[in-house]
Amino acid sequence: MISLVNHPFDPAETLRDFTAEASDAGAIVSFTGQVRPTAKSGPVSCLHLQAYSPLTENGMRAAVETARRRWPISAVRVIHRIGDMAPGEAIVFVATASAHRRAAFEAADFLMDYLKTEAVFWKKETGPAGAAWIEPRAEDYEDRARWALSGDN
Amino acid sequence: MARLHFLGRLVDVTGHPSETVDLPAALTDTSSLRQWLDDRGAQDGAFLDPTVRVAINDELVIEPAAIANSDEIAFLPPVGGG
Repeated sequence: MISLVNHPFDPAETLRDFTAEASDAGAIVSFTGQVRPTAKSGPVSCLHLQAYSPLTENGMRAAVETARRRWPISAVRVIHRIGDMAPGEAIVFVATASAHRRAAFEAADFLMDYLKTEAVFWKKETGPAGAAWIEPRAEDYEDRARWALSGDN
Repeated sequence: MARLHFLGRLVDVTGHPSETVDLPAALTDTSSLRQWLDDRGAQDGAFLDPTVRVAINDELVIEPAAIANSDEIAFLPPVGGG
């Protein structure tokens, strides 16, 4: 299940709900990404994320389907913020449940690499020097390339 | 009338995220539309940039792609992930 939300959310509450739903799983892995207070260009006061529906949601759904094909995961939850957010706020949450830990770890890692590199988002940082759209980082593509070695994408 | 959407840095280039426009009949594909948009706003090649992808009616297209005056056409700079 995936969601784009344009308001702050509580990752702890989301994990509690997910854990209750996945009570028969042997392993639950979760990841929370937070807005960093600094970027290469300096301090960040506001991060703006723009999506384009339904391409953004379709891409996220396809990534979840790929994860489900590649790992025996029984449940998945993905939440991504859009709009304006402040440093320290949760921007992304991924949780996976499986019978054993390795599938849950790897599926969550795979989904985060997708979200950080290929997901259909445009990102703008605002700091003391003004606002700037952020270009993709080369190392993000390297993270993503790790998953191509062992089969389909 | 066609509906145009500008994403990411193209919002700053055009000054607005979307517009409804009556496309001239001479514009039959994405190449001529890109050129027309760039000339219209004197946008220094922002719309000619090959890293900017085009989606027509919510599908990414291989260019040049045919366009109609009723299409929803989006211009998508490289995505940076979340």
